[in-house]
Amino acid sequence: MTDLAIKLEGVTKRYRYFTLDNIDLEVPAGEIMGLIGPNGAGKSTTIRILLGLVHQDSGNVRVLGHRMPAEQVQAKWNIGFASEDMRLYDAMTLGWHMNFIRSLYPKWDEKYAQLLLKRFGLNAEQKIKGLSHGQRVKAMLLLVLARCPRLLVLDEPTTGLDPVARHEILRELTAVMQDEGRSILFSSHNTQDVEQISDRITFIDRGRIIDSMDKETYLDRWRRLRLEVPAGIELHALPGIIDIRQNGRLAVVTSNDFVPDLASAYENSGARVQSIENMTLEEIFVANVERSREEVEA
Amino acid sequence: MDSAFVISQSDKRPIYLQIMEQIKRRIAVGDWPEGHALPSIRQLAVDLQISVITVKRAYLELEREGVIVTQQGRGSRVAPDPDLGLRIHEEELQRHLEHAARLSALLGLKPRELASRLREVRDTIAEKEKS
Repeated sequence: MTDLAIKLEGVTKRYRYFTLDNIDLEVPAGEIMGLIGPNGAGKSTTIRILLGLVHQDSGNVRVLGHRMPAEQVQAKWNIGFASEDMRLYDAMTLGWHMNFIRSLYPKWDEKYAQLLLKRFGLNAEQKIKGLSHGQRVKAMLLLVLARCPRLLVLDEPTTGLDPVARHEILRELTAVMQDEGRSILFSSHNTQDVEQISDRITFIDRGRIIDSMDKETYLDRWRRLRLEVPAGIELHALPGIIDIRQNGRLAVVTSNDFVPDLASAYENSGARVQSIENMTLEEIFVANVERSREEVEA
Repeated sequence: MDSAFVISQSDKRPIYLQIMEQIKRRIAVGDWPEGHALPSIRQLAVDLQISVITVKRAYLELEREGVIVTQQGRGSRVAPDPDLGLRIHEEELQRHLEHAARLSALLGLKPRELASRLREVRDTIAEKEKS
């Protein structure tokens, strides 16, 4: 954990109707960080701040060792950024774009670019205006990947793509990680993508970070217990339980800090544990957002 | 590369458990003998298109179970234990037996009834294999 690709400390940005509130975030070099949260949670604002595109009101931002936004010019040689709302020149071909980027970045890897062209099924002769949404996304990623940046920052890289294109992109992203010195931060609504490829997960909701930790620990802490509760026995909320739903004799209990003792505690109270299930990131996502909103309302 | 590992998305178990199971199965059937070198963590992550931390977790748990040994800087190998394949089958049998015992208790079967059911199943399978 010595080398941090990204470090945000107490970063705050106030808008009229939205505040990004005291964000702390660390991405170690060599890891993939998945940023998840509902629409309007602050994912894109966070990304824009760490790229120096938006300036924070307060707090420190360091990317690849550079202070942002002050040293953004130096930092950007080694950052590759792609987002949904970026535009390529419609009237120009993909090949023109490749030549353009190559002329700017000395680290451009032409062999890799040609390989990506093939793998993504793209044609360099084609003009951008003739490309489908999926092809545009892949073209943008090609332009970013072939520069071999040490840090890739991708805002919703797989949104709106068909399963094959998504798969192709995830494959290229994980392939980048063969090099231990490179890192990726990406935001997504697709919790399955995040669950599959990220080493760390950061949850943002309403401008605040709810959780940020390594994925294995995170998934491991959440469990769903199915209980059979005999008549006359009442289920109590134990520490680490965030939700209890009971209908007749069957109850479903959700824990965000599961330990085996929790199951024994319910057994001891007279309930029978039918099963202890792992939860997908999507299920955790929804449960987590609901819980944080209940806390806010309470 | 060992691309025969397949991660299933309809499998409810976490990915690290799936990897552990597939590695154990390879050892159990004899494809990976004692001392066989496992792919590096990063390489397997790239091959399976999953995160490094997930593969790391699978290797760590396998090491804890004594299935593999990892040497700093030299990667991981199948543990030098000639009975490893047997042990893996043994553990699997134990798991299934526990499951059967639990279900039979739910159905109110007596131990003798469970035992005779097991014998029946064995005989049926033996019949099938003969023909």
